[in-house]
Amino acid sequence: MAIKRILSPFNWLLSTVYHLIIDLVDLLMRPLQNILGVRGMAYVFILPNLLVFGIFILFPMLLNFYYAFTGGTELFPENRPFVGMDNLNQLFTCEDFLSPNSCREDLFWRAVLNTGGYVISQVALLVFMALITALSLNRNIRGRGFFRSVFFYPVLLSPVVVALIWRWILLQDGVLNAILVSLGGERISFLLNAQWAQFWVIIISVWAQMGFFTLILLAGLQAIPTEFYEAAGIDGATAWQSFWNVTLPLLMPNLFVVLVLSLIRAVQVFDQVFNFTGGGPGTATTYMVQYVYTTGFANQTKEYGLAAAASLVMAAFLLILTVIQLRLGRRGEIS
Amino acid sequence: MKKLLTLVTLLALIVLATSVAAQDAPVELRITWYDDGSEGAVLRDLLDRFEAENPDIKVIVDTVAYQSILEQLPLQVEAGEGPDMARVTNFDAYKGFYLDLRPHVADAAYWDASFAPSVLAALRTADDPADALFGFPNQFTVTGPYINRTLFEQAGVEVPSDTMDAVTWEEWTAAAQAVAEATETQYAIAMDRSGHRFAGPAFSQGAMLFNDDGSITIDTPGFRSMADLLVRWHQESLTPADVWVGAGGTYSPGLPFFVNGQLVMYMSGSWQIGALVRDVGDAFDWQAVPNPTGPGGSTGMPGGTMMVAFAETEHPAEVARVMDYLVQVDTLKEFTERTLFIPAHLGLGELNFQTDSAAAQAALVTFANEVPKLSEQAYQLQFGGQAFAINNPIRDRLTQVITGELTMDDAVARIQQDVDDALAAAASS
Repeated sequence: MAIKRILSPFNWLLSTVYHLIIDLVDLLMRPLQNILGVRGMAYVFILPNLLVFGIFILFPMLLNFYYAFTGGTELFPENRPFVGMDNLNQLFTCEDFLSPNSCREDLFWRAVLNTGGYVISQVALLVFMALITALSLNRNIRGRGFFRSVFFYPVLLSPVVVALIWRWILLQDGVLNAILVSLGGERISFLLNAQWAQFWVIIISVWAQMGFFTLILLAGLQAIPTEFYEAAGIDGATAWQSFWNVTLPLLMPNLFVVLVLSLIRAVQVFDQVFNFTGGGPGTATTYMVQYVYTTGFANQTKEYGLAAAASLVMAAFLLILTVIQLRLGRRGEIS
Repeated sequence: MKKLLTLVTLLALIVLATSVAAQDAPVELRITWYDDGSEGAVLRDLLDRFEAENPDIKVIVDTVAYQSILEQLPLQVEAGEGPDMARVTNFDAYKGFYLDLRPHVADAAYWDASFAPSVLAALRTADDPADALFGFPNQFTVTGPYINRTLFEQAGVEVPSDTMDAVTWEEWTAAAQAVAEATETQYAIAMDRSGHRFAGPAFSQGAMLFNDDGSITIDTPGFRSMADLLVRWHQESLTPADVWVGAGGTYSPGLPFFVNGQLVMYMSGSWQIGALVRDVGDAFDWQAVPNPTGPGGSTGMPGGTMMVAFAETEHPAEVARVMDYLVQVDTLKEFTERTLFIPAHLGLGELNFQTDSAAAQAALVTFANEVPKLSEQAYQLQFGGQAFAINNPIRDRLTQVITGELTMDDAVARIQQDVDDALAAAASS
């Protein structure tokens, strides 16, 4: 009874505020519904999302498209001269695309080739490792829950934190070199040698992202009915044959999702590597997004047009990937 | 409906009360600042006194990393989201966005008389009024090398500048290498990863970037000579690769290696004195030595920081009052003496630098002696309005040579192309 008395002013306040809000909404919505009709109100409700999409995605995309055809270093569109295809021409003027030094914009092509190499190696390793981990975690092993958490944990970390932790480990005076020296070995310049830096960039990104993709594959594995394995067992299938003829075909939709998502993510690689190596040594770990960022924002001469043109090229590449994903996805649904 | 009316009345009362309170609040101004040593604390101290005498103004100092001054601040200012004032080194990046303080300051003639006209002019474009006052230099800097004198003594190697008036970069490299080998010090020599830092030695080696017709030529024997030497330092592991190779695409100082006693000779500049006093302490004896000599003379690079005001400010009169306070002889004298900076003000009189460090006092004298030796080319690079196009390509392309991505010939050609592109892009705006 006493509690009820103490709470009653609070309840009164809550109910007053609630009714005020409802009154206010009603005041706005009722005339609107009279004008638009009940069906028209659907547009009113999707309007906030549409506005957010328009302001933060569609408008910048269109603006980026416009910038790609303008020159100069001015920030505001009205001050930028129209230069037509000049920026794209500058990017694509090249004697041999596989030899960046022969290209007018050599840094762009270095970034493209670096990105290509990274995407192929990182995605292959990532999918393979995620599959192996998912298969292991799907077995009835001791501490399965613990291991699932361990593999998923890096996904929760910010890319900047991941980069700084690994930098601390791999620096010339870092933890790993300290261990090597204490064991009588020589220091290794992990971040000062192009091949080592590229290697670690791939390893770290696989470490950081694998948990997420493992989870997708694990869900797929658990959806496979055990009857299939039992039937295969009765037919005398070995473990490898079961995997090849049962697991893999039934896991294919999940594997496909993992492949496409990791491909798109790999093309967009930036924050983690930027904080880890800064794109170096030299330009060994400079990827396409960093090229766009540096050209448009970090260089003292801010070539927004060239950066926008480079981002269009990247967008085209991502569009192709997405179309392939949609096509294959549809084919999968039909079959 | 009654409840709604109550709510609206309540809201109106809150808005009214807030606006009355806002009228009494002091004007809030923001300075974007970065620290090399302890100058931020000195500035705060000076501003506290200003605020005590001017209760209608509150100045907030936002201390950021130097990288933010180079990369983020120009974008903020251009987008109209910049601070009221800032400490900058990249003057060119903000041209066209400065506030002309002349109509607002109490005595503009004092400003004109206190600083070299070329330095004040470095903030102006051709479209600005010829007498516009956009800010003032609160620090003059000269690039030059430091040595770890204790290591020279331990190695029994004579410090070359003790016995010779003119020491070349090659002679310094050999001496530093001998010291490093004798004392088992990790590195002999290092230079900050910066085109500005590289330029002084390159000019000393005979580089001539600026032609009489106003064009720029990178490929000169002097430029190549210094570039080759820098690459050799890396090839022979005389220098910590972390500085030039491990920094990605950004500025990187060699200071930590010098402070930690891992380095015999360190090419940087006068602004490091405060940091060396603070961080080295009694660990070893350090010394600033004259810039090495070559066919182009014995020049470092001039430089410095400017306090500037931005035109987007909503309070130009108050900004001018703060700037007018900071530019006064007494204020600048105290700032200079406490920060151990070389002053850019022409009439501060005799300075009494507030340090017990004999090394700091000696370094200030050494750097002051470097000022008359600065070459025309060095001044033109720093204050001629083209440094934005030159410094970073030199830094980044030479790094590519060090890592083996480019040959020296390719790098020199690429620097020229980058410089030409940057100047063309700026001109087309």
